[in-house]
Amino acid sequence: MPGAEAITARLAQRFRDAGAVPVAADILQPADTLLDLYGEDIRARAYVTADPVAGELMLRPDFTVPVVQAHMRAGAEPARYTYAGPVFRKQDSGASGRAREYVQVGYELFDRTDPAAADAEVFALIAGALDGLPVRAVTGDIGVLKAAVAGLPLPAPRRVALMRHIWRPARFRALLERFTGRGPLAAARAALVDRLGNAAPDALIDAAGPVIGTRSRAEIAARIDALRADAAEPPLPADDLERMEALLALACPARAALDRLAALDWPALAPALDRLGRRLDALDACGIDTAALPFQASFGRSTMEYYDGFVFGFEAEGLPPVASGGRYDALTAVLGQGRAIPAVGGVIRPAVVAALEGRA
Amino acid sequence: MTLALGVPSKGRLMERTFDWFGARGVTLRRAGAEREYAGTVDGAPGVRLVLLSASEIPRELAAGRIHLGVTGSDLVLEQLADWHAHVAALAPMGFGHADLVIAVPAAWVDVDTLDDLDAAAAAFRARHGHRLRIATKYHRLVRDHLRAHGVADYQLVDSQGATEGTVRNATAEAVADITSSGATLRDNHLKVLAGPPVHASQATLFAARAAEWSQATAPLAALAAKLGVELPEGLAEGR
Repeated sequence: MPGAEAITARLAQRFRDAGAVPVAADILQPADTLLDLYGEDIRARAYVTADPVAGELMLRPDFTVPVVQAHMRAGAEPARYTYAGPVFRKQDSGASGRAREYVQVGYELFDRTDPAAADAEVFALIAGALDGLPVRAVTGDIGVLKAAVAGLPLPAPRRVALMRHIWRPARFRALLERFTGRGPLAAARAALVDRLGNAAPDALIDAAGPVIGTRSRAEIAARIDALRADAAEPPLPADDLERMEALLALACPARAALDRLAALDWPALAPALDRLGRRLDALDACGIDTAALPFQASFGRSTMEYYDGFVFGFEAEGLPPVASGGRYDALTAVLGQGRAIPAVGGVIRPAVVAALEGRA
Repeated sequence: MTLALGVPSKGRLMERTFDWFGARGVTLRRAGAEREYAGTVDGAPGVRLVLLSASEIPRELAAGRIHLGVTGSDLVLEQLADWHAHVAALAPMGFGHADLVIAVPAAWVDVDTLDDLDAAAAAFRARHGHRLRIATKYHRLVRDHLRAHGVADYQLVDSQGATEGTVRNATAEAVADITSSGATLRDNHLKVLAGPPVHASQATLFAARAAEWSQATAPLAALAAKLGVELPEGLAEGR
């Protein structure tokens, strides 16, 4: 029975055979890039260290960011990359026994010609590598969620606020509830707007205290205006909330999910459902049975917040995720300084594969 | 073998701890000179007093070098990841009350709650090109609190003292600090956000799960009976 190292070599070979070029990445990554992408939460999950010259550095929590950066600097198109090496994640809970350091073997595909085919290629490659193991695949589509948010009858600032919190499900839910005019946030908001009354922003600010710090008087005044404008908006109709909740709760095989999403009769979803349908066709063409493939509309929302389209994972009973991945078109735009390229990728954890093979 | 009881080595926290034990028939006393960190215990056989800085007590508990320890719950929750795995809270002691709160300039009339802070942080980042800075020394507690409430676009900056001054000095836009009355915050033109505090701290008697309990069970049982404290299951068993 092969150990994790042999499995790592086998997976890397498989990815090279699929046309991927091996790439390396530094273990020490500049912290600021990762902090800008993930926010302060990443500090709870990644090891931070200090360099006297380079400043704050992080032990790489994943390969995606450095691989995207390398591609945006010098990559030709289309491009397929593979890598293998340790990543580092803080584990606050000692009891769970989760690994702080573990190897990932990854495959990333940068291709602007056919996103559906690219999604299917990555998924099928990883599914093939795990063939015969007792794993359960799950898929989702952040693109459908984004289309749904964009399609809610909301003023632009409310849509932007919701879009910003797609990856924080509890907050997303609380915002939606506030937009309907119900719940604790709505009550607190109404009290605030009430207290502001109709007074001029300057008068309100001067009565409260001196403006100290870098957030300026103009910024406070701008938000007072925004609060008043928001208070004048009609509440989100209950029907729309229900439709959104129905969408978020959807969990069924992928083909059936597509039908049920179409049955919501939500015109704003049409382009995203079109993409989902083409992806399912491409997966079928790769030999994946999409009539059985599990789909969960909320899958991928509480992981790292860069996936913005297709998302997938492979899970096994009592073990960490065996594999995961997804599409991250927006990340390439953020890291590409104006240039962007659609990209999708995934990783496998050889140690978890080894544990599964050991069980067989 | 005795049971090691760690208590704060100076100030009000030490005095109130001595009073709390004294009211329950256990007399704690510093021995010898003022600067000597040794003490005596009357009324609880087999208990040895260890005087320590309050901020060192969480670490000593986690390492199991003391069996019991008195310190602020804020220090334990901040310093020990997964604190339940390391210590058991035996008794809140009813003094040393202080709230860890998030405060913003009083002039921010548009910000009452974490919901507002999140919206202000998003606008701030778009305008200033960096995330809204919150100065604190309580990184774990504040980050966990903000994550639980889904606040984004902020960053924590470390401040080990004079935290209330960081906003005026433009090294932070907001602060998260311990306060009992809020007076220092008000003096610095800051206001506390509405809603429950990040953490409501008080002096608490903790027990170390990793301590060597096999020889200390008799002193523990006698002390617990005297203090009227219930012991959690599994604390002094099987080690």
